Amino acid sequence: MGEGRKIRVLAAKPGLDGHDRGIKVICSALRDAGMEVIYTGLRQTPEQIVATAEQEDVDVIALSVLSGAHDYLFPKLMDLVKAKGMNVLVMGGGIIPEDDIPALKQVGIAEIFGPGTKTDQIVEFINKNARHAS
Amino acid sequence: MSQKENLDKLAQEFDRWNDKTKQGLAKRPERKPDFVNTSGIPIDRAFTPLTQPDFDYMERLGLPGQYPFTRGVQPTMYRGQFWTMRQYAGFGDAEESNKRYRFLLEQGQTGLSVAFDLPTQIGYDSDHELARGEVGKVGVAIDSVKDMEILFNQIPLDKVSTSMTINAPAGVLLAFYMAVADKQGVTPGKLTGTIQNDILKEYSSRGTYIFPPQPSMRLITDIFSFCTQHVPKWNTISISGYHIREAGSTAVQEVAFTLANGIAYVEAAIKSGLSVDTFGPRLSFFFNSHLDFLEEVAKFRAARRLWAKIMKDRFGAKDPKSLSLRFHTQTAGCTLTAQQPKNNIVRVAFQAMAAALGGTQSLHTNSMDEALSLPTQEAAQIALRSQQIIAHETGVGDTADPLAGSYYVEYLTDQIQARAEEYIKRIDEMGGAVAAVEKGYIQKEIHDSAYRYQKDIESEQRVVVGQNRFQIDEPPFKDILRVDPAIGRKQEARLAELKQERDNDVVKRSLATLKNAAAGTDNLMPVIYEAVKIGATLGEVCDTMREVFGEYKAAAFI
Repeated sequence: MGEGRKIRVLAAKPGLDGHDRGIKVICSALRDAGMEVIYTGLRQTPEQIVATAEQEDVDVIALSVLSGAHDYLFPKLMDLVKAKGMNVLVMGGGIIPEDDIPALKQVGIAEIFGPGTKTDQIVEFINKNARHAS
Repeated sequence: MSQKENLDKLAQEFDRWNDKTKQGLAKRPERKPDFVNTSGIPIDRAFTPLTQPDFDYMERLGLPGQYPFTRGVQPTMYRGQFWTMRQYAGFGDAEESNKRYRFLLEQGQTGLSVAFDLPTQIGYDSDHELARGEVGKVGVAIDSVKDMEILFNQIPLDKVSTSMTINAPAGVLLAFYMAVADKQGVTPGKLTGTIQNDILKEYSSRGTYIFPPQPSMRLITDIFSFCTQHVPKWNTISISGYHIREAGSTAVQEVAFTLANGIAYVEAAIKSGLSVDTFGPRLSFFFNSHLDFLEEVAKFRAARRLWAKIMKDRFGAKDPKSLSLRFHTQTAGCTLTAQQPKNNIVRVAFQAMAAALGGTQSLHTNSMDEALSLPTQEAAQIALRSQQIIAHETGVGDTADPLAGSYYVEYLTDQIQARAEEYIKRIDEMGGAVAAVEKGYIQKEIHDSAYRYQKDIESEQRVVVGQNRFQIDEPPFKDILRVDPAIGRKQEARLAELKQERDNDVVKRSLATLKNAAAGTDNLMPVIYEAVKIGATLGEVCDTMREVFGEYKAAAFI
């Protein structure tokens, strides 16, 4: 961690889904692990999320969708990230069928975390893969 | 021997027993140093009559169907008829959901429960930009009376009761339902069912709000008043703890925050000029049934007793129907695991049993694939069978409130009530449930409990079978329900067709009338009903109200 800055994470809820228990628990866990976390709140468009990520200069975008709209929202968000040439680790979680994961990874989602994941696993993944990680 | 002498004798014996047991602990320790449940209620080694020495039976329990309704809302409970078996269902478009409803009815389900997709719940038509990727996913897409007609095709609305999980646009969906009934020749007076219509828990826990609190509360009381006159057998609201619990609250918080919301609705209705006994009998509730079996049974009993007390003492209600808390139950989706999903059948069965022992009026049992997707037909059938087995085979419905008098259950019932009352007092001091939500107090309390629960799982202080203990290597679960991605385009085409067929000038005028009414104080329900009958869509009605009321912007409390 060259510049000694904490890892900055944008936790985001794209789409219309209101299930925020998981993402909020992850926010608390990442903060307890020493990261800086910004939570968007509900009902964010991919455009809004990417704009916030850019403005806040985050290292990680953590997306949570339990409504089944990940197949539309995640690729759309990745298109924007790529168009802007952002160097950011994007990961997702929620209720995401196993069969959908390869396609999401194909468009650049680094990892998908499903139900039953320990928050430690997510912390470890970020520490290993985020751009400011030591 | 007198009662007092009996208790004295027991007290002496209890002390001796306790000392002796404690001495034995050095050799044979208990599983943990302290037994405390998730709500923070301490659990003793054994409960006895000494736990509640002044227990006044009539004051705390009464008889079934009598104040304070601890033992249930009817004198005969399930000896008369079982709870309504009502599986929450809906996905894709109206045709597909109609097929599932008819399947469930054929399988012996006794009521319907409609799950709408998110665009419908948030008042967007399927062709709205924000609806992309969401149409038909978590429920059925309904844009107009046209869709609603297909949804209830061949289902006679005078014979079946329908519960609709719809909140911010509840009035619009009720109007759709009335319009379909009208086409079937069924008058509103014959309709039975429920709209959830509970906006306060949307702000705190569920997220499908549209308008700010003030106009939302007005819409709710407009519905109370309209239904009292025109749809008298309809449950005008289902004040819901379910989602509060799913968001992570404890059992005590579930009771407290739900009843605090209930208080806010009753206050708003009284303020709007209604008398408590006109709308009180049509209020209904919705609770979660979670894992801690006896705490859950006690929770339902405590909620009934506390609501009866609130309605009587705080609001002066006199009609026994206003005092009795009737509720729907759903088993706890958040307790189900993606790992070894068949184990969920067992979890659901216990949770459903707790609801039956707690005296629920209707019940949804979750499907084993809940943590993976919407239920497949097979999973939904097993879930329904689970409650049929409880009802018809176990005998728990043969007497009212069978666990009454259990020292532990009565202790828990008292504890839950007392702790919920403390919360309600705190919320009162903040200015009521609306203020408490606006301050983020409720959200923060729920989140703190959710985080604690997760930490307990990760530290393995809480065992989740198959997830953090007793794991196996298993292939990914493949048999999941997938919604046809073409549904969005199909809905768009149907909307375009509707806009061709209807008289767009008449629709425009009716929306202008609605806009005026929204800016004034008249009851909005008759105007909404007129608009949807001539083909106004859900999105058009909600957009018109958005123009007047604005939209709620939630602060992210974390």
